[in-house]
Amino acid sequence: MQLTAVNTRALFFLKTDWPLTEGTMEIRFRLNGTDIHLSFDERATLLWTLRTVRGLTGTKYGCGSGICGACTVLIDGQAARSCLMPLSAVAGKSVTTVEGLAVGGRLDPLQQAFVDHNAFQCGFCTPGMLLSAHALLRANPKPSREQIVAHMEHNLCRCGAHQRIVDAVADASQRPGVKS
Amino acid sequence: MSAGVDRREFFRRIGGGIAILMAWRSGPAPAQDARRVYPEDFNAYLVIGTDGRVTVYSGKIEMGQGVMTSQAQMLAEELGVELGSVDMVLGDTARCPWDMGTFGSLTTRMFGPALRAAGAQARATLIALASQRLGVPADQLVARRGKVSVAGDATREITYGELSRGARIAKVVDAKAVLRAASEFTLIGTSPTRLDARDKVTGAAKYAADIRLPHMLYARILRPPRHGAKLAQLDTSAAESMDGVRLVRQPDLVAVLHEDPEVAAVALDRLKPRWDSPSADLDPDSIFDHLVTAPAPHKTALDRGDPGRARTSAAHLFESTFRKGYVAHAPIETHAALADVAAGQATVWASTQTPFPARDQIAQALEFPPEKVRVITPYLGGGFGGKSASGQAVEAARLSLAVGQPVQVMRTRQEEFFLDTFDPAAVVKVIAGLDGQGKISLWDAVIYAAGERGSTIPYEVPDARVELVGQTGYGELTAGSMHPFATGPWRAPGANMNVFAIESQMDILAAAAKVDPIEFRMRHLADARMHRTLETAARAFGWQPAAGPSGRGLGVACSIDAGTCVATIAQVEVERDTGRVKPRRIVCAQDMGIVVNPTGAKMQIEGGLTMGLGYALTEELHFRGGEVLDRNFDSYAIPRFSGTTQIEAVLVKNDELAPQGGGEPAITTAGASLANAVADALGARVFRLPMTPARVQAALRAAQAGAPAAQRG
Repeated sequence: MQLTAVNTRALFFLKTDWPLTEGTMEIRFRLNGTDIHLSFDERATLLWTLRTVRGLTGTKYGCGSGICGACTVLIDGQAARSCLMPLSAVAGKSVTTVEGLAVGGRLDPLQQAFVDHNAFQCGFCTPGMLLSAHALLRANPKPSREQIVAHMEHNLCRCGAHQRIVDAVADASQRPGVKS
Repeated sequence: MSAGVDRREFFRRIGGGIAILMAWRSGPAPAQDARRVYPEDFNAYLVIGTDGRVTVYSGKIEMGQGVMTSQAQMLAEELGVELGSVDMVLGDTARCPWDMGTFGSLTTRMFGPALRAAGAQARATLIALASQRLGVPADQLVARRGKVSVAGDATREITYGELSRGARIAKVVDAKAVLRAASEFTLIGTSPTRLDARDKVTGAAKYAADIRLPHMLYARILRPPRHGAKLAQLDTSAAESMDGVRLVRQPDLVAVLHEDPEVAAVALDRLKPRWDSPSADLDPDSIFDHLVTAPAPHKTALDRGDPGRARTSAAHLFESTFRKGYVAHAPIETHAALADVAAGQATVWASTQTPFPARDQIAQALEFPPEKVRVITPYLGGGFGGKSASGQAVEAARLSLAVGQPVQVMRTRQEEFFLDTFDPAAVVKVIAGLDGQGKISLWDAVIYAAGERGSTIPYEVPDARVELVGQTGYGELTAGSMHPFATGPWRAPGANMNVFAIESQMDILAAAAKVDPIEFRMRHLADARMHRTLETAARAFGWQPAAGPSGRGLGVACSIDAGTCVATIAQVEVERDTGRVKPRRIVCAQDMGIVVNPTGAKMQIEGGLTMGLGYALTEELHFRGGEVLDRNFDSYAIPRFSGTTQIEAVLVKNDELAPQGGGEPAITTAGASLANAVADALGARVFRLPMTPARVQAALRAAQAGAPAAQRG
């Protein structure tokens, strides 16, 4: 297991080094295809802004330290850990959460593949799995099974759906219309 | 139903239709807990609405194991409706029949019959109504796909919705309700798309921490640095000076609350506590001597024949000591709850496996009558036994009462590790004997702290004794007497350790008898189902018999758990220079009686065995006394993609037997099958789980030095 830059003190939101004086900032970014304009506390992270301010609770808190991947979102198409991401870092960027994958009520190919392969049990890690897989297929549209395993390695699942997740990602890569 | 007034009130609430109510005194459900006096309330199993939709109410919760779907399948099968017309309401104490909790692989095997009986009762009621309306005798009517029709005349039919319209019928489940025969099944035995699938891939699925209420506050609770520490001093001034921060300070509960969870986290960091901590002496290595020497209650679980005499008459004796450390539940969703306590009424959304016991705990803590507390259980992000404890729900309710606003408590990952009710560290000592013909003549085991489940060997042995120390049943152990922190049920509690010990020892005996390990088991198996299950696994694997250690890295383990027979064959590769164990292939056969949902059952096998790779290979809690050193998934290593392998699950067809347990049985074979596979690969055995690289290397060195088996590991 290789991990980088994990704060072992792991104080929940990893904010102890942040300024304690509160300042309000303005930010504009794109969220699931919609332009957003927010005033926010400069200490805010992307995860908790999504969950509390925007009510997008599909993005999950799992470990608060970037280890488990439950909070994974896409920032300009790249997978990112929203629990470690200061909100200020997404200014001018495009953020996609699990709520932004299905368009017009129609599941995207990865979501449909997860359904077809029963690639989840409790479903709590699923949003992060889906978005990590999206980033993979964007960079590597036809990954091998080994490449899928290597890419998904830092998304944790406790129910043991791993092999079905690999099956689903491999299957989705064969389907037309995977969004990037 | 006992009173007309209550019946009117019931229908006022549901708006008419046909309802099937629970009848705890006559139904099968009380077998779950004979001590409980079941209330005769008016919660229903199911209501058939005037639109023909069927709402099913169950106290069993969905934590990934798929019971939302399998319960709907069972009910829809008996009632005769399409799965798509069923709505499930799970774990809502105000609406669902009382239930002790979702654990023990009981949903399908114990609640299933009650649910199916309710469906059958409703079907009989609908047929009786249709008989009147159509003027056709009941025995000429067929109830299928939401309609009652005349057999042989498809033009004469009436929908359940039409029958329900204007009806105000409440029936109590009758124990005599006739269930459909397995040969009639059209839904049981199929694997439809899970009812929770769409919600879970779109982010729409709500978990406890996803519920939002106006004016809610997020709480962060002050925790001690170690179990047993006492708060000596606390300076709250810096936290209290923060804008919008509320402080709750009670003798056993200190919390800071804010409308922004990140500000609450900063406020917690600004609390300045001083703790008096007890000395810390136990650690992951010294715990085992402590467990075998600590004063603790004894219980004899098995006493057959004359083990004392058998010990002196055995041709060969084999003595082994097996050990396993503490293991965390580590669900990806930490414990969470949102409580709204106002005007003498509490509503609590909680990630709990035990909504009704949680309701009672909250009521007690708030000094409310239980009927003034409602627990609602959204989806759980994993449970594995750890969410049988619902302390976070009680904390949220107490804080909400204190501040007069809704309060969310969501544990951080560090808190989740600290407050877990761990699978206990355990020791099993076994002395087994072989007679001159290579048959097992003696089994004499002492089990420290693992508990009784899985402790009785499924093999024929004339003289056998199993002594339990430290625990006579789950929950009776007082934390602190043996363990430095809380312990509790962990997926198939006790059985993982006990099967590891039994099945490792079986391989030691088989190797000594120079008999193939599967053949050796077959010779001693008394149970015909287990025998057939093991045969099925061997065939599916393509097993070639050979006495161990064969160098092939193959390991077998059998277990009978929750009524289900499991046989697992694991193949591993062991890197001799590093000691790393890599699972390469796992085949698991399971006889669980009638299979309600084959894909769901296989997913439980896959999930259980994958989770089991953790306690077998990597998972072990690090601690110093009551200080839990693991705070996150960096030091506590659960299985990852690269460490998992394909699992081939084979279901042994057995429609003669009612459905048995599915969530837990397979995991009980994980440790043993892998330990046997490692021993088969190396000719050296690891006696302590998890089989870390260091322990594998130590076992190899010990084998090379020729140390006796019991001293290794």
